[in-house]
Amino acid sequence: MCGQCGCDAPAAVAAAPPQRLELHQGLLSRNDRQAAHNREHFQRHGLRTLNLLSAPGSGKTALLEQLARQWPRPPIGVIVGDLATDNDAQRLQAAGARAVQIRTGDLCHLDAALVDQAFAQLNCRGMDLLVIENVGNLVCPAAFDLGEQRRVAVLSVTEGEDKPLKYPALFKSADAVVINKCDLAEATGFDRRSAIANLQAIAPQAELFELSARTGEGIDALIRWLDAHPA
Amino acid sequence: MHELALLQELCALATAAATEQGAKRIHRIELRVGELGGVDPDALRQAFAVVSATAPWQETQLQLEVVPTRCFCPHCEQTFSPPDVIHACPTCGSISRQVLEGRELELVALEVS
Repeated sequence: MCGQCGCDAPAAVAAAPPQRLELHQGLLSRNDRQAAHNREHFQRHGLRTLNLLSAPGSGKTALLEQLARQWPRPPIGVIVGDLATDNDAQRLQAAGARAVQIRTGDLCHLDAALVDQAFAQLNCRGMDLLVIENVGNLVCPAAFDLGEQRRVAVLSVTEGEDKPLKYPALFKSADAVVINKCDLAEATGFDRRSAIANLQAIAPQAELFELSARTGEGIDALIRWLDAHPA
Repeated sequence: MHELALLQELCALATAAATEQGAKRIHRIELRVGELGGVDPDALRQAFAVVSATAPWQETQLQLEVVPTRCFCPHCEQTFSPPDVIHACPTCGSISRQVLEGRELELVALEVS
């Protein structure tokens, strides 16, 4: 009998009361573990590693082309993420870098597992600098550790001085900020003082470099900074 | 945009933990999301609404706690809650570099049976 009305249905099994499971687990713990593995891997290969982040069109690839030409111990390695095409990898290879393209499809950021897969395709013999050029996006990539040593955010003078105020999470996580396209500052009416004040207010921890990836002016200071921090 | 990727991660973690306990149903997921975690809580709720339209999540509630930012000022030796994205100490005005809370993306607990 069912135990409630006396009908012939079988007795219902009483549902067990809900039980609380304490987990306190990082939502990105899987990515963080993979990132720790990558970090160890990069260190073993004696690689300085950068995660380069910016909005689309800030000049990340142009900056890396200059870096590939001017780094004192070439070649540099680049893992480059884009939604589609391998145009960036081709540009970087033409500049002398060893480049591996990750096509992320719909994914708006790189994660540590994608970087690990790309790294396996890279010949890193005789290389001491690896740059991971993230997908152009100022929001999503900030949350994902890739195993890099340092994060560098790029802001170009055409984007406006208040970008750091609009995207604080990314700039707060950066070890350095590059202001790019400084050769266009005058033409675009870029307010340098206000941009630097915003950066110092949002990201006081970050080193600041002002340069033009196109002309190469100012890139020497960035190279000195990278060179001064061994793997 | 990456909220959906995070949610897939969340569902995978929750399923693994529930299965390990021999539980068949997940009634509730408790999540803590820091203001600086790079996650939009509303986007996460919306993404969960999509996921929870299908089994086995139809009966699952998502409880999302937003963790406000707390900073430390080394000059005044005090913690404070910054009023906006600029982490200026309310006493001395200097910009803090030490975030104590607000970066969390934590699966706190599940209620299962």
